[in-house]
Amino acid sequence: MSTHPQKILSSSTILFAGDSGDGMQLAGDQFTDTTGVMGNDFATFPNFPAEIRAPLGTLPGVSSFQIQFSDTNIYTHGDMADVLVAINPAALKVNLNKVKPGGLIVLNENAFNETDYKRAAWASDPLTDGTLNDFQVLKVPVTDLTKNALKDIPLKISEIERCKNFFVLGMMFWLYARNFDHTIDWIQTKFAARPEIVNANIAALKAGHNYAETTETIVPAQTHIHKAKMDPGTYRKISGNNALAIGLITAAHLSEKTLFYASYPITPASEILHELSEHKEFKVKTFQAEDEIAAMAAAIGAAFGGELSATSTSGPGMCLKSEGLNLAVMTELPIVIVDVQRAGPSTGMPTKIEQADLLQAMYGRNGESPVAVLAPKTPSDCFDMALEAVRLSVKYMSPVILLSDAYLANSSEPWKLPDTDKLPKIKLTHPTAGKNPFLPYARDPKTLARAWAKPGTPGLEHRIGGLSKADLTGNVSYDPDNHEKMIRFRAEKIQLMSNDIPLLKVRGPESGKLLVLGWGSTYGVIHQAVSEITEEGHKISQAHLNYLNPFPKNLQDILKNFKTILIPELNTGHLNVLIKNRFPETKTEGYNRMRGVPFQTMELKQKIKEML
Amino acid sequence: MSSNEEKPIPPVPDAQPLYTRTDFVSGQEVRWCPGCGNYSILGAVQQTLAKFNTPKENYVFVSGIGCSSRFPYYMNTYGFHTIHGRAPAVATGLCCVNPHLSIWVITGDGDGLSIGSNHLVHAMRRNLDINILFINNQIYGLTKGQYSPTSLQGKITKSSPYGSLDHPINPLCIAIASEATFIARTLDSDPRHMSQILARAKEHKGTSFIEIFQNCIIFNDKTFAPVTSRETRDDRMIYLEHGKPLIFGAKKNKTIKVKNLHPEIVDYDPAADPAGYFIHDEKDVWPHHPYFLTQLTYPDFPMPFGVFRCVQTSTYDQLMDKQIADVKDKRGDGNLKDLIYGKETWKIE
Repeated sequence: MSTHPQKILSSSTILFAGDSGDGMQLAGDQFTDTTGVMGNDFATFPNFPAEIRAPLGTLPGVSSFQIQFSDTNIYTHGDMADVLVAINPAALKVNLNKVKPGGLIVLNENAFNETDYKRAAWASDPLTDGTLNDFQVLKVPVTDLTKNALKDIPLKISEIERCKNFFVLGMMFWLYARNFDHTIDWIQTKFAARPEIVNANIAALKAGHNYAETTETIVPAQTHIHKAKMDPGTYRKISGNNALAIGLITAAHLSEKTLFYASYPITPASEILHELSEHKEFKVKTFQAEDEIAAMAAAIGAAFGGELSATSTSGPGMCLKSEGLNLAVMTELPIVIVDVQRAGPSTGMPTKIEQADLLQAMYGRNGESPVAVLAPKTPSDCFDMALEAVRLSVKYMSPVILLSDAYLANSSEPWKLPDTDKLPKIKLTHPTAGKNPFLPYARDPKTLARAWAKPGTPGLEHRIGGLSKADLTGNVSYDPDNHEKMIRFRAEKIQLMSNDIPLLKVRGPESGKLLVLGWGSTYGVIHQAVSEITEEGHKISQAHLNYLNPFPKNLQDILKNFKTILIPELNTGHLNVLIKNRFPETKTEGYNRMRGVPFQTMELKQKIKEML
Repeated sequence: MSSNEEKPIPPVPDAQPLYTRTDFVSGQEVRWCPGCGNYSILGAVQQTLAKFNTPKENYVFVSGIGCSSRFPYYMNTYGFHTIHGRAPAVATGLCCVNPHLSIWVITGDGDGLSIGSNHLVHAMRRNLDINILFINNQIYGLTKGQYSPTSLQGKITKSSPYGSLDHPINPLCIAIASEATFIARTLDSDPRHMSQILARAKEHKGTSFIEIFQNCIIFNDKTFAPVTSRETRDDRMIYLEHGKPLIFGAKKNKTIKVKNLHPEIVDYDPAADPAGYFIHDEKDVWPHHPYFLTQLTYPDFPMPFGVFRCVQTSTYDQLMDKQIADVKDKRGDGNLKDLIYGKETWKIE
C-alpha cells in the first residue's frame, strides 16, 4: 500500500466530461449516489447535448456531469471544478475554462493523438503546448488500462472500451476516499442478465481505484470530506423531474383520485412521463398522445370527467397547448400544466436552461386569460410545488401552470423526506342533485370556484364549452355585460388564491439598500451569492418567489422596504416586467443572462457588489 | 377470414323504455338554419337514445367547432363543446377516466378531417369505446361557405371562385385505414335508417365511426341529391345487409360482382348461386372488404349505406384498466411511503 498524503476539505467539485456515448452521466450519477449515502450535501448539474450521439470526439458531442459535495449545506453545483475528468480532447476543450486555476485535470492520454485533438479543434497538442501549465495534470492511459484489466473477459473490444467510465469513477472514488460497494451493488442489479458485463464493469472500477492508489505518478492527496451537518432526518437523492412525478402521484393519493397524465414526449420533460408510466400500481393512467395539442385536450377531457388531470411539456409544446389551455380557462376545469422550460425561441437549445416562458405562461393566449403560475426553486421543491399546483387547481377550479426548467429537471440534491402520514389531505367535492336546477357556473362565494360536476351524476346534466358563458347557467351568451362580468370573475378568482398561499419570506434584514428577488431554479445560486456577500460584512437580503400569479400578499410591503430590487433572471427580464407593471413605484434592476447555463455565483456576486 | 353464416345481433331496445325523445331535448333554442339536415340528425339521435334504458346522466356529447358541433347544447345530457378539431382528443381523456359513459363525438368534414384529422385517426386506431358522428356536408358552413376536405374537386365556393384544386378525402377510407372497428354510412333524409345505425353504434364496444350525409341548404344544397333523391335513390343507393349480395334498383334486380378486383354491375338473379356475387360481410376483419365498398361511388356505381365493418377487439380503455390491474397483481397496491422514499435513503442524525 502506498502512503499518500491525506487532506480534509469542506467541499469539492468534480466535473466528469466525455463523448455523449462515454457514460459520463452514469459515472456522475454513481458518484452522487455514493456521496449521498456517505452523508454529504450535494448539488449536481448534468449538461448534455440534444444529439444522442454527435460525431465521435467533436465539441458538440461533449456530455458532462458536475457535482459539488460538502460537509455543510450547499446550494449550487459549484462555479468551477477542483477536478476535471476528461475522457477525450473535446471534453478538455469544452470544459477547461470550468476548472479552477491549479485544479486537477485527469486525462485519458490514449485519446490525445493528433487526429483526436485536431477533431476537437485544438491547434496543437494541449498536453505539450503549455495550455495546461496552470493546472495539475494527471495523464492516465485510461483506454489501455481498461483493456488490460478486462483482457480475460469475453467481450467485444467496443464493449470493453465502454467500461472506461467505471475506470475513472474508480479513480475518483479513491481520490475522495469513497467506498465503492454501493456502485458494485448497482452494477450487479442493473446488468444481472449479463454476468460478463457485471464482471467487466466491476473489474474496471476496481482497476481505476487501484491505479489511483498505487500509481507512482504524481497523485495529489487523498481527500476526505466529512458528513454534512444537515437537518436530522431521512434523505434520498432526487431530481426535479422525479420529484414532480412523485408529487403528482402523491397529490392523487391525498385527494383519493385517479391521476390522468397526458403528454407528448419532449426534452426536457419526458422523464416525468417515464416515471409516471412506471407506477400503474398507484392507478396512474398515463396517455402518450399523438401531439401536444391532443395531450392538452385529453387532459381537459379527464378533468371534465372528474379526475385529477395533468400534462407536461416544454416551450415549443406550450405554444401548441395554449389553445387548449384557454378552453380550460373558459370551462374552469382543474388541470396542472407543467412547462419544463428550455432555451428558446422555437426549438432553441432543447437540453439547456432558460426562464423565458414566464411571460408566455402569464399572457400567451388570446383574450383575457388569467392562469395561476407557480415555480419550484430546487429539485426537491418540485414535489411540494406539484402538490401546491394540484391543491390550488382543484380548490379554485382553474388550470395551474407549473414552471420548472431544464436545470431543475435533471440536477439532483439530497431531499429530506416528509413524514408521509402527515401530508395534508387535498379536499375536494363533487356536487349531487339538489332541489333546485343545477347551475354549472354558480360560484363559491369565498373562492369563486364553480362546482365540479362529474358526468354520470344524475340530475346534473349540463353543457360547457369554449363559447362565452352566461353567469350561473353556463349557457352560451353574447350579452355584453355578462361577458365582462365573467372575465372579471375569472381574474378575481386567480387573485383570491393569494389568500391561500404562504407569505413571502425575506432572508436577511427586513429592509435596506438591496433585495435580490428571484424565482425558479436560480434560488440556489442567489442564496450562495447572498450568503458569501453577507459573510464579507455587507447588508443584503434575498427573497424568492414560488408563486408568480398571484403574487404573495405581502410582496408589495417587502419591496417598499428596500431601496433597490435586483432581479436576476435567465431571460431578458420577465419577472422584472411583472414587478414594474404591478408595483410601478419599485426601483428594480435586472441581471439577465441567456447562455443556456445556470448563473455562476461569482458573476452574481460581482453584480451585487456593483450595486452596494 | 369471413364468417357469412353468423348474423350480427340486432340491437334490442329495452322493452319498457324509461325515456321519451323529449327527455333528451335541452331547453336551448336550436339555431341551425331552417331546413338544415342537422335537425333530422338531432331528432334521430334523441329518438334512438330514448329506445335504450341507459341512464341519461351517462351520456356525454363532445363536439369541436362547426355548425354540427353546436349539437351538445341541444341534448339534455352532459355535453362539451370544445375547440376546433379536438373533440376526439377530449373524448379520449374522458373515456380513459370513465369508460362507463356513453360518449358521442360530433364532428364534421372540416372539423374532423381538416384541423382535427390527426386526432380522428388516433382515436380510431386506439379503439376507444366512443361513437363518432361524422356529419359530412362537403362544405364549411359556419365560416360561410368555403370548400372542405370532402368537397369535390372543381367546387366553386367563396374561397375557390375558379374551382377548388384539392382532391377530396373519402372519410370512410380514413376510418378503414385507421382500422376503426365499427364503420357505417347513413343519411339525414332517412331517419329510420339513421336510427338503426345509431343504435348499432351505441351497442358496439369500441370506436364507431358513422358518416352521415347531411344537406347544407345554404351553401351546398342538394349536393347528395344525385344519389339520395327520391327519383334516383333506387338505382344509386345500396342498403348493405350482412351476408347478402348488394341488391339495388327499383325492381331489386341489379347487383355487384367482383372481376379482377374491380366492381361490375350485373343483373341479379335470386335463383342463381349467390357465390357469384359480392356478398357483404361486415365481420370481415380484413380491411380490403369494406375498402372495396368505399370505392363504389357516384356516378359510376351506386353508393353503399349501412354497416361497412363491425369487428370486435379490445378497447383502449379496457386495455388501460387491465394493465393497471395486471401491475397491481404483480406489485400490489402502491405504497406512498415506498414511492416517496425510493430504493435508497440515508439518515442524518
